[in-house]
Amino acid sequence: MSLTTRLRLRLQRGPTLEELLPDELPAYVHAYPYLFGIATVASLFFLVLSGFWLAAAGPTWWHTSALGHFVNSLHFWSVQAFFFFMVLHLWTSFFQGAWRDGRAGTWALGVVCFLVGIGTAFTGYVTQQNFAAQWIGVEAKDAMNAVGIGGLFNVLNFGQMY
Amino acid sequence: MASVPQYLQWGVVQISVPNLVVIGLMILVFVLSVVVPYPRGRQGGRGER
Repeated sequence: MSLTTRLRLRLQRGPTLEELLPDELPAYVHAYPYLFGIATVASLFFLVLSGFWLAAAGPTWWHTSALGHFVNSLHFWSVQAFFFFMVLHLWTSFFQGAWRDGRAGTWALGVVCFLVGIGTAFTGYVTQQNFAAQWIGVEAKDAMNAVGIGGLFNVLNFGQMY
Repeated sequence: MASVPQYLQWGVVQISVPNLVVIGLMILVFVLSVVVPYPRGRQGGRGER
């Protein structure tokens, strides 16, 4: 069997268009944990878009351009919304026992996303470029050296970090 | 330019007032999500199965 045939048969067994582009939702998503979860995802969407734009435009863009300042603010407030709704999603999911009914993997994935989010937030603390960011950079330098990756990640080199 | 935030201290715990306000807001929204029923649209909800 050719690779093309194998791929086509695999895709035919996969999700249908009705499943990929549904116009109906299960009734159980009519609940707060799902509301907070999708609000978190929406915040992440704006975070990634604004983050890509800021990274491409460089660290001084938001100081010299009104559009850059707006995109920077969008990135900042998106992260506030992201953590606000992520914590609410965690609280409501936890107290409703959302890992039940075969959702253990979903819960585990959520824990990983939570930890990745916290780690990623530290990059934002540094890119604020204020005095607190400089302090955080110095603390991060010690942390990176302590776990042995200071040679790879020089957090005090803004050119490398940005 | 924003002003310097006020900080509250209790032993080793130090937190800014805006940070405390955000945490309070989160707790408030959480309590509301527990006591306020999730809004239902039309009878049975359209687009649900």
